[in-house]
Amino acid sequence: MFHPHTDTDREKMLAAIGAKSLEELFEIVPEDIRFPDLDLPKTHSEMEAYNALYGLHTKNVPGIRMPNFLGAGAYRHYVPAAVDAILRRGEFFTAYTPYQPEISQGTLQAIFEYQSHVINLTGMDASNASHYDGATAAAEAVNMAYGISRKKKKKAIISPALHPHYRETIDTYFKPADFDIGGEDLDPWSNPDTLIDSIDEDTACVVVQYPDFFGRVFDYTALGKAAHEAGSLLVMVVNPMALGMLKAPSEFDADIVCGEGQPFGIGLSYGGPYLGMLATKKKHVRSLAGRIVGETEDLVERKRGYVLTLSAREQHIRRERASSNICSNQGLMALAATIYLTMVGKEGLREVAELCYQNAHYAASQIAGLDNFELVTDQTFFNEFVVKCPKPAEEINKALLEKGIIGGYEIGKDFDGMENHLMFAVTELNPKEDIDALVSALKEVA
Amino acid sequence: MTEQKTIYEKSSPGRRAVRFPKPEVPLTALPNEFLRKDLVLPEVDELEAVRHFTNLSQLNHGVDTGFYPLGSCTMKYNPRINEETARLSGFAKSHPLQPSETVQGNLKLMYLLQKYLAEISGFSQVTLQPAAGAHGELTGVMIIRKYLYKKGETQRNKILIPDSAHGTNPATSAMNNFKVVEIKSDARGNIDLEALRAECDDTLAGLMLTNPNTLGMFEENVQEVCKIVHDAGGLVYGDGANMNALLGIAKPAEFGIDILHYNLHKTFSTPHGGGGPGSGPVGVVDFLVDYLPGPLVEIVEEDEEGNPFYDLVTPKHSIGRMKAFHGQFGMMVRAYTYILMHGAKGLREVSEMAVLNANYLMHKLKDTYKIPYERTCMHEFVIEGRWEDAPDIHALDISKRMMDFGIHPPTTYFPLIVKEALMVEPTETENLETLDYFVEVMLKIAKEAHEEPEILHAAPLTTPIRRMDEVKAAKDLVLCCVWPEDAIRAE
Amino acid sequence: MNFPTDLKYTTKDEWIRVEGNTATIGISDFAQDALSDIVFVEYAVSEGDDVGKGDTLGTIESVKAASDVYFPVGGKIVAVNEDLLDAPELVNTDPYGEAWMIKIELGDPAEVESMLDAAAYEADTKGRE
Repeated sequence: MFHPHTDTDREKMLAAIGAKSLEELFEIVPEDIRFPDLDLPKTHSEMEAYNALYGLHTKNVPGIRMPNFLGAGAYRHYVPAAVDAILRRGEFFTAYTPYQPEISQGTLQAIFEYQSHVINLTGMDASNASHYDGATAAAEAVNMAYGISRKKKKKAIISPALHPHYRETIDTYFKPADFDIGGEDLDPWSNPDTLIDSIDEDTACVVVQYPDFFGRVFDYTALGKAAHEAGSLLVMVVNPMALGMLKAPSEFDADIVCGEGQPFGIGLSYGGPYLGMLATKKKHVRSLAGRIVGETEDLVERKRGYVLTLSAREQHIRRERASSNICSNQGLMALAATIYLTMVGKEGLREVAELCYQNAHYAASQIAGLDNFELVTDQTFFNEFVVKCPKPAEEINKALLEKGIIGGYEIGKDFDGMENHLMFAVTELNPKEDIDALVSALKEVA
Repeated sequence: MTEQKTIYEKSSPGRRAVRFPKPEVPLTALPNEFLRKDLVLPEVDELEAVRHFTNLSQLNHGVDTGFYPLGSCTMKYNPRINEETARLSGFAKSHPLQPSETVQGNLKLMYLLQKYLAEISGFSQVTLQPAAGAHGELTGVMIIRKYLYKKGETQRNKILIPDSAHGTNPATSAMNNFKVVEIKSDARGNIDLEALRAECDDTLAGLMLTNPNTLGMFEENVQEVCKIVHDAGGLVYGDGANMNALLGIAKPAEFGIDILHYNLHKTFSTPHGGGGPGSGPVGVVDFLVDYLPGPLVEIVEEDEEGNPFYDLVTPKHSIGRMKAFHGQFGMMVRAYTYILMHGAKGLREVSEMAVLNANYLMHKLKDTYKIPYERTCMHEFVIEGRWEDAPDIHALDISKRMMDFGIHPPTTYFPLIVKEALMVEPTETENLETLDYFVEVMLKIAKEAHEEPEILHAAPLTTPIRRMDEVKAAKDLVLCCVWPEDAIRAE
Repeated sequence: MNFPTDLKYTTKDEWIRVEGNTATIGISDFAQDALSDIVFVEYAVSEGDDVGKGDTLGTIESVKAASDVYFPVGGKIVAVNEDLLDAPELVNTDPYGEAWMIKIELGDPAEVESMLDAAAYEADTKGRE
């Protein structure tokens, strides 16, 4: 427990207030419901609490200790030691939203640098200070497109090869609105240009993933052009790690770029906290949801500094007229990404991206060489690919687990008729040795 | 302070910090048609990077550096043990899509946290998925909507919101396509019951209620308020931003609240992180459990020895998924650790001490600063930052001056219903010396306001940077160290 | 505070100047003062649009506030003052002159009659202080 008062302190304070007892302060609470019993564990000392948590953590099979080929929106990458060392500074993690710029320049400048990195990676002109995660950022991107159309365009075309959890999240966000989420019935394996036929005057945006859910890299130039001709926007959901080597979304003339920033120095942590990235072109900056940091000067010495800006878009001012209710960002996670990108730098990011690419392609070619395994992904891919197995994917994964390997993602969970398909993610943390172990295990279990 | 360079300004071509090994595998040709030509990112050495961020951190005020009485944000101490437990490798290194049999520790922790949070507030079930308070609010109002629609009551399109509410409440309602109607407060700072009754018709979907309200006061008629809404067929949503006043004091479900979001980063000590990550679990009464976002953690089977097997389950009428995976899991580990360290007795003490601290400060300040509603406060209170005999002084001036004494200003200009509002929330983790120092500073500032107002207008005087030109920031929009086109042009 | 007597006003702080069948619309001195430093002006309509009384004309933002502007009368838009997009501060410096926002061909001149005169508008603003 962390409240410091001694009995003497309490008495002194109650006397100053003029109350006889602590209970007196709560007389306003209806008596019949006041001071309920709580059925909770006993009070643990720090040591006991640590031991209890330690016990729970050992009940997990930590993905780090064994070869692990899961991806599908969350990726294992090496996190340089300096990232966590800096994140643990209390000046960063015990501060809140930088409402008072005079005593928050550290957080503000770090966010400003984060925005700069996102802008440089995506080729957009403006980035927000971050969003909850990739899926919510995607939902917010669609909401932006809807707002930019002045709520006149009533549908979004979502690529069937978008992460199924992202589609579900977008669906949830838009159920209350008079707005249609389309694209579900299209063939997820088809070329994205087939989406062009679905675009019409009522389409606020087209949402595609880059690389897509299955790891494939497509050229979205034609799709973007078709969207723009119909007056709608191109929204790209990215794996930012891939942008270390691949063309920026701006080269496809994307209007809004969002994505999951977890690969940048953020641990897997069973799904969160992660980092939603959201960026756009200059002309849409006022439609950007969430906090934004801008450069300015102080009024006295005209010294450069940073403040939260464009806040008139936000809920605390616009209330029910605000386009989003978000009132925070993933501050510490954005800081992690900022430190990560600084540590790896321009050359390092390309090195990591290329390691992922090389390891993944080696794994794919080795698995494709096995009898009865078929590489379904037959175009350019980054660090993920889909394989059709001779047996149900679930059985393969169970057998791999018995051999101490966490296998790929069973995409049959989300896509009909793909019960035999596994999607493998391979990063710099899956060295040749692990890949060879996977390949020989697959050979045996099939 | 000399001007801080940005990391881009410290960059020098070819300089490196972390390096990676060469690929060990036979190489595959790179996809030329998709390769990017250039990438603008900083190039610095490791010491420069570490020094850069260390220097930046030193420009911040945090709970660790000084008193942070930011109302409604509950800036309590963030226990270091939380940081250790959350980083245990079994938690920190597990992948969200790992098979359930490999993450029983995570699932058990989530199962128990759901249970503990439900117990603390009197609910039947809790979803841990929402990423922050506002995200929890969005979840809660979606549940209201889906529940009413499922019952066929689609004409219910109106959400009532007290005039003292957080700005997120109306924004959340609007995102759900609900019409927002503001309900005024009465002379004691409670919801005006007559105004409430007048809006309770068959178009009512629900009321969003913050209790204690944003004035820091317990809603005196809370049970009556909930009953009026229920009688009209509406649901009551509780904004749990102020739960730090209620642990072991009262269960919101017992006031009549149907849905409530918790802020793990306020009440349960997970760090605010410079703006996030938050975590906003949502609890509901039994008839709404089926509507929670999926997945929840449940015990799906037990082996012969009675050992439970935990798994992820999506409720029958779920509103759907609110984010990609299971929520801000790292924050759950921290909150769980915090609950273990307190137990029932300790949590009640948290709220008792939070309320004691707030009342102590209020009493010490009330002769100098106007208190809009003189009642026992809960964990926070509002004062007015203005005096008739110091007409040029505003709440903002007082706030800015506080920084010169190493204190983070209270929430300023909120709630909107109090003129020149300063909302003070000391939290339970501050000791008496700190509280007395705050009082001393506030009295000194009040004196300055009357005798040397120019000091307040110029404040802060000792911070790394002075008052900022916010007009310039909004008009000349500079959102990036180097615009990419300029950077490429420069090369 | 300036309340020119040759203009008509609304309780939402728009002013209108009628010349023949054309009306010029802007926001009042009182409104610009309440908003303080204006940093952004955006129009929800374009030249040639037909609009009704009460439709949204656009948005004016300062650092601390955002205010929607509505059409006090309906008709057809004949001119939009695009200078404000680049120089929003004109709304602060010259709300009744250079910072006019829209010129409209009146649909129903009777709508002007229901608006407030300067004295009534000034009284209304006093009540809000």
